[in-house]
Formats: sequence, C-alpha cells, structure tokens
Amino acid sequence: MSSPTPQATSLSSDPIPSKPFGDAAISVEPGLGEKDMVINFGPQHPAMHGTLRLILRLNGEKVSGAEPDMGFLHTGFEKLGEYRTYNQYIVVTDRMNYFSAMANNTGFACAVEEMLGIECPPRAAAIRVLMCELSRISDHILGIGLQGMDMGAFTPMLWSFIEREKIYDVFELTSGGRLTTSYTRVGGLAFDLPDGVEYRVRTFLDRLDDTVRDMEGMLARNRIFMDRTVGVGVLTRDEAIAYGMSGPLARASGVDRDLRRDRPYLGYEQYDFDVPVFTDGCVYSRYQQRLAEIRESAKICRQVLDSMPSGPINALGAKATLPSKDDVYTKMESLIQHFMLTMPGHGIKTPESGEIYHATESPNGELGWYLISDGTAVPYRVRVRPPSLFAFQSILPMIKGRLVSDVVATMSSLNVIAGELDR
Amino acid sequence: MTQLPLADMGKIFQERRERAAESKARRVERERRLADAVCAWLGKDLVKRAAFRDQQTIYVPAARAHETLAHCKNALGFDQLTDCTAYDTLKLEGEHPERFVVVWTLTNLGQEAMLRIKAYLNEDEPVLPTATDLWVGADFPEREVYDMFGIEFEGHYNLKRLLMPESYVGYPLRKDYPLRGRGERDNFPVVPRTRKASYE
Repeated sequence: MSSPTPQATSLSSDPIPSKPFGDAAISVEPGLGEKDMVINFGPQHPAMHGTLRLILRLNGEKVSGAEPDMGFLHTGFEKLGEYRTYNQYIVVTDRMNYFSAMANNTGFACAVEEMLGIECPPRAAAIRVLMCELSRISDHILGIGLQGMDMGAFTPMLWSFIEREKIYDVFELTSGGRLTTSYTRVGGLAFDLPDGVEYRVRTFLDRLDDTVRDMEGMLARNRIFMDRTVGVGVLTRDEAIAYGMSGPLARASGVDRDLRRDRPYLGYEQYDFDVPVFTDGCVYSRYQQRLAEIRESAKICRQVLDSMPSGPINALGAKATLPSKDDVYTKMESLIQHFMLTMPGHGIKTPESGEIYHATESPNGELGWYLISDGTAVPYRVRVRPPSLFAFQSILPMIKGRLVSDVVATMSSLNVIAGELDR
Repeated sequence: MTQLPLADMGKIFQERRERAAESKARRVERERRLADAVCAWLGKDLVKRAAFRDQQTIYVPAARAHETLAHCKNALGFDQLTDCTAYDTLKLEGEHPERFVVVWTLTNLGQEAMLRIKAYLNEDEPVLPTATDLWVGADFPEREVYDMFGIEFEGHYNLKRLLMPESYVGYPLRKDYPLRGRGERDNFPVVPRTRKASYE
C-alpha cells in the first residue's frame, strides 16, 4: 500500500494522516447508494415521542417501505383487568393515556355504568364533562406544541406546557393527582369539586384564548412550518375509514363523526358546540383540527360552569365509594363499609352474562371498552380499543415515497401515546 | 357567547335531552333492523342472536364468518371495522359449544349504527380467514388476537406477534395462563455486568 499521503491545503504543513479515524472509519463500498437501506427509527429516537419503533426501508432518502414495531411498553393491562374489581381497574386506566387520564377514567366508568344499566347523577356527569374537556385541551395543546417543536419551533411548546400546568393544577385540586388522577368511580366520582375550581378554570379559559391566538400566529402562516406540513402525510377519507381511524385524525381527513354529537353520553347533547372538519388530511390540517377543537372544548367548559347542577355525585349512593381514611380508623360503620367494598366476593353486583361495547370520544379518538361480566365484582374480560393502535398501523400510506424528515412530521401529528398503544 | 338565564338554560337543556332520547330510540331501531337483515341473509346458518342493553349480537358459524363480514360491508354499509378481539370461554358460565369466541365490532358511519358479530372457534384448530382484504385496519387487531390467544388468521400478510417478543412461548390472555408465575423472567436472562459483552 504505497498511496501518496494527501497534503493539507491549509497553512499548516502537517500531513493529513492516511487513517484519520483509525479503524472506526466507514469504508464506502462501491454501489452502496444503489441498494435499499434498512434503518431503525426509534425506539429511542428524540423525534419518537415514547417507545415507538419504525423499521424504514430507504431508497436514498426516500421511504420505500416501513414496518411499525410496538410492544416495548406492554404491561398486560387487559390480563390485569381480569383480576381487579371494576373500581380498582380505574387506577390502571390512568396509565394507558397519560396525556389525558381523566378521559380514560371517564370512559371506563361510563362503560361499566352502561353495563349495569345505571346513569350517573347530573352533577357527576357535568363534572366529568368539564374534566374531559380540560384534558382534551391539555392533550391537543401539547400535541400542537410538540408538532411545532419537531418542525423546529420551540416557543409554542413552552407556551403549551404553561397551559398544561394550569390544567394539572385544577386536576390536583380536584383529585389529588396531577398525571394519574383516578377521579371517577363506577356510578359517579370519588370526590365532589372543592371550592376554587370554578374560579381557576374560568381564569384559565380567559388566558387560554390568548395562548391559542399566539400559537396560531406563530405557526399558521409560518413559512417553515407550512413547507414542512402542507401536503405531507396525506391520508384520504377512504383510507382513514378503512384503517379504522377516528377522532381528530379522521376528522382532519374529512370523516364527519364525533361520538359526543352522534352518540351523546354524559349529557353532551345539552351543550352548544360545533364539530370542525377539515378535508385535506395532511399534517397541516391535523394541526388546524386540533386548534379548532381546543376552541370548541373551551366553549363546552364555559357552558358546563354556567349550568353546573347541584346534587349527589354517585348514583350508587355514599356506600359505593370508599370512606375517608380518618373515618375508617375511628368509626365502626365506615370500617364495615370499607371492608364490604374491598373484600373479595363483595362489591358491585353485575349481570350474569353482560357484555357491552361503549365508546367515548377521547382526545385521540374513539376509546372503546368491551367488557364481559360474569356476575362477580371482577370483569371476565376487559378489552380496550385504543385509538392510537389504529393510528399507528396506518403510517405506511402516509410516509411512502416521502423523505425521512416527513416521517418526523407525520409521527408527531399522529400523537401516538405508547402507554395506550401497548397497554 | 351570551349568558342565558339559568331558568331558560334548564328548559333548553330539557328539550335537547328529549330530542337526544328520541334520536337514540331511532338508532336502536335502526341497529335492530340491520341485525334482522343479517339474520335473514344467514337463514338456517344463524347460530344465535342476542341483545344486551340494546346492543345487537349475531353469532355466526366460523366457516361463514368472512362471508358475513363481506355481506355486512358491501350490502349493509358497515364501512368501518371498529374492533376485532376475542375471548376465552374456559371459565365462563353457560353453554359454549367451542372454547374461543372471536368478536368483530362493525360501524356503519353513514347511518350511525353498530353491530357485533361473533364466531365460536375450535380449540384444536383455531383458524379463521383474515378480514384484512375487507378492511386494511384489521391488520394490527388480528395480530394482537394471534399474539394473545393463538388464533390464526389465514391469508394475513404479516401474521406474527404484535406485543410480545417473537420468541415468546404461550398465549397470555387465555384463561389457563396464570397472571404470574410461569417464569417469564427466566426466558430473558440478565447479562451480568462483570461478563464482557460480545458484539459480533
């Protein structure tokens, strides 16, 4: 090997070593760019929010094939559901979609109530609607913020975190938990609203309008943001239906369906709100969709606060919820009540062979619960229909033939939550 | 938004609740009629029909499951497969001719109707034709059913485990699979820190 040592073109007269990186240097094979290349995108990639993995087949920088891989966060929630009572399982539902735990709590409690054939009292329903809409705002505003961040706009993400903190303060005040709330119970709620929640929510909503306007001003006509998102990751209406998409992702593709309007639950039919629909189905219309839904959710929140009914918060009566720990330690009746609710063989009476599929409109889409009861206080089968599962499997038609940077834009617009995806 | 007086709001809310109850009654009737149509099309092959809390369920023989799904999609307008799942009847009370039940939840977006179709499946040979040719979205749910119950879908282009690792043995959501205690940890040995890892 007597190749001439290349001479530096700089002023320095030191020769460049023939192997500047030692053995770690990559040898460029002839014909490397002509073949397809398979790369891992995730599960530990900064642009993958959560433990998601895509195996991409690239031709140059163009995506010619992709396979979504999942299961890194699989926790066996469905199996666990067969060993926990209905009220115990509400704690597990928090962990599925940790962006909007309140919506998951509510969805599961509604499904069990539908199976038992009971309805929660009007006050409990109104509080649940308020909490669901707040968590929808928090989920969507963070989704937009992260979408902006992935396109290189860092400021909207910080604004969205400020708003989310305020929502979490409200959650902390009502349920004691910020992220994992476990606020609902079968038949109603764990606690009534404390004083000060209405004031906090109202001041938050007044400030929210400004933030949403600021975020829109920052992104909506932003040249960089539009170049990266308009016409990228397109999913047509037919594809969205065939892939089982629901919620904001389907509505951004022109599917005019919202369970709050079409199958009203919890008294959603009482409130005035519009269902925004966009037809382009690209990343940009998903951003527009989320922004429009934040405004509608704020409208619903205001109406709920204006018309908050009074009355009990649990249809099964005070005996259906756990008494406070102080009472358990000092009062005989509360101790018995606690015992009756937690011991195996006691608890909620369920139908002998009941089965129900009940879906609610969670921030990500149709969150369905398929429950089978066998007459005991423990479900026989719990099946979650997570919206993220159907969003994640439809990634291929959106990114095929696009560049790798478009994969980042598309993934962040889907807002796939790994906890809900893998369960 | 203008602030309505509370008394007016109560009246408006009451009217809206009544209208929603009427529309729900119409929806239940619509779902019943669509289920009637499927039963009439099945004729003698209908295994069982059930309704619980106004939700219609139709049990079909496994051999005609795919045909029924295709009929629901093409003739009755069920354009979305909302969910595909299964359950194990091993410990469930009541009469069950076979061990596994596969459940398809279909949605008719145009008429806003839901229908549940079920098929009993033999334990010895749990094989069904795939529904991915009707709805692409059946891809991951079917893989999950295969992963969790060991039910195979013939004709699925990529039938392999979805949530569990591909080397995994056993089907976790079967009722004879314990919640814990089958030595899962032993299947994935921890590499001790002292041993030098080889990257070959």
